[in-house]
Amino acid sequence: MSILVNKDTRLLVQGFTGSQGTLHSEQAIEYGTNIVGGVTPGKGGQKHLNKPVFNTVEEAMKEVKPNASIIFVPAKFCKDSILEAAESGIKLIICITEGVPTLDMLEVKKRVDNLGVRLIGPNCPGVITPGETKLGIMPGSIHKPGSIGIISRSGTLTYEAVKQTTDLGFGQSSCVGIGGDPIPGSSFIDILKLFENDAQTKAIVMVGEIGGNAEEAAAEYILNNVSKPVISYIAGQTAPAGKRMGHAGAIIAGGKGTAKDKIKKLKECGVHVADNLVSIGAKVDEVLNS
Amino acid sequence: MNLHEYQGKLLFAQYNLPVSKGEVIFSANDAIEACNKIGGSKWVVKAQVHAGGRGKAGGVELIESPDQAVEFSKKWLGKRLITYQTDKEGQLVNSILIEECTEIAKELYLSAVIDRDSQQIVFIGSSEGGVNIEDVAKNSPEKIIYKGIDSNNSNIEDDAISIAKVLKLNDDQTKQFIPMIQNLFQLFIEKDLSLLEINPLVITEQGNLHCLDAKINIDANALYRQPDILEMHDETQEDPQEVEAAKSDLSYVSLDGNIGCMVNGAGLAMGTMDTIKFFGGNPANFLDVGGTATQERVTKAFKIILKDPEVKVVLVNIFGGIVRCDLIAEGVVAAIKEVNVDIPVVVRLEGNNAVLGAKILSEADIEIQSINNLTDAAKKAVELAE
Repeated sequence: MSILVNKDTRLLVQGFTGSQGTLHSEQAIEYGTNIVGGVTPGKGGQKHLNKPVFNTVEEAMKEVKPNASIIFVPAKFCKDSILEAAESGIKLIICITEGVPTLDMLEVKKRVDNLGVRLIGPNCPGVITPGETKLGIMPGSIHKPGSIGIISRSGTLTYEAVKQTTDLGFGQSSCVGIGGDPIPGSSFIDILKLFENDAQTKAIVMVGEIGGNAEEAAAEYILNNVSKPVISYIAGQTAPAGKRMGHAGAIIAGGKGTAKDKIKKLKECGVHVADNLVSIGAKVDEVLNS
Repeated sequence: MNLHEYQGKLLFAQYNLPVSKGEVIFSANDAIEACNKIGGSKWVVKAQVHAGGRGKAGGVELIESPDQAVEFSKKWLGKRLITYQTDKEGQLVNSILIEECTEIAKELYLSAVIDRDSQQIVFIGSSEGGVNIEDVAKNSPEKIIYKGIDSNNSNIEDDAISIAKVLKLNDDQTKQFIPMIQNLFQLFIEKDLSLLEINPLVITEQGNLHCLDAKINIDANALYRQPDILEMHDETQEDPQEVEAAKSDLSYVSLDGNIGCMVNGAGLAMGTMDTIKFFGGNPANFLDVGGTATQERVTKAFKIILKDPEVKVVLVNIFGGIVRCDLIAEGVVAAIKEVNVDIPVVVRLEGNNAVLGAKILSEADIEIQSINNLTDAAKKAVELAE
């Protein structure tokens, strides 16, 4: 088993013919992802990477029946693209694009929640179930099918956690990048729930960072609802207050959202915290083999 | 992106919010004309910088003659104002807001933010204004109300009334307050705000509500659709290296240490800073060179990092994802040559084709310490910085 995506996932790519859409679709196809087609308005009827291109998601739904979509369109079009996919009946939408206005996300989040759609991102690396399918921009080669579920707000930090758990032989059940924005489509808690119920997942790695309250909320949730061991790492212990650290959501505001507070709360709730990013794998090893 | 107080008040005026009659000047020569245009016999002069705490730092004065406005302008224009919110260099003052004097009966607090937990716009009101709201929250939380506005704002009138109760407004003031909240909400949505703060919102001697200050922050991701706001951008209020980095589409924040950092990905960039600290060093900056880490971007990143005279060593930490490490290595070597880097560079490449990348780095005819393992790379950088 795995979460969210597997070999049966039929993927539609929105923004298919653009440079990012093309590059990452090629990589995904090579990994084994079943891309059933793409959407680029105005290019319907063409073939791209040997797959059909449609003008709208609705047309694609009729013709190739996708059950997930991935979005590479520019930030200013993301709101419309997400809502188009959601209203056409797609239940899993992954938005890779960075830079979506926060007020767009407030509206989008409410609409997808009402429609019962699972949105991952924006500003995220996507989701992978190693050995089965890759819906994202992560390098497939560092992954290995296995027992660790990984959730993260950061792309390259996810890769670090993946590499370390691969090198130690654990491998991953699925890896989910929830993205670095203040209003993400899915939270840590949403994904923790899925990993808790996934038989393949033996332990969960949760990679957080400064800003907001998501790690604290997740810590409370873990204490009361998660039986599997959770290992966490929080980036930004040296970040200054009031400065946005790359990600739109990574900012210590009004003294809130510090790494120190998050680590304290996680420890209080029984989460195993790696004190350094290079020791995430070692911490997993320590927890599972003690 | 932050706005100056005078810019925020121009927006307030557009949305029919009560602000003082005022003029902004960029030269002391215009001070007398500005005072005369406003009229009256008392004015407030306020140095415009992107920071709070201006009053205590001498950046706000009450004056009783236009000559004093000239004096104040001469004193501050072109100088730097240091407040508890700025760094030790302070912020450049390049404009002064002159306003008519408001007789204050009571100071209140009002702000609006995008609340990440409840995922909606939340108004925050307090009967105690003109002071640091974090202190009020800590010492007398009962004086603060948080009111989420649902997105179709169907209950906004009721929401305004509940805030008015906590602010202890009378019936007349509450009648003024309801459209004020409606207009602020409109402003927030239409101009893509991420923060709006009026501290203090005052009740005048005449019993009317009045916005005495305006602090506004705009969502940087939405500036493409806010051309009017983008024109208000004052880059003199920001760190010059951060401004230059932003122009090259690099995310950079300067810090106090001496180990320059160049990393791909915001999370890993923070993680790298933390790792340096963990091994006893001090990072000089946060820099996300982006997912592709091309020669062009790496070159720009080196140039920005090396502008900081404190930097003694640069640690490059790249997790090669889709882009192969050998290509990144070639880019790093070419960039170091192009920029003529004359301090030690430690490079850690991981991911796709990392071994080949390391080979290219170690065979280059310039000095690069290629260390594949982040722990050892960070330790090496710390050692070289000492």
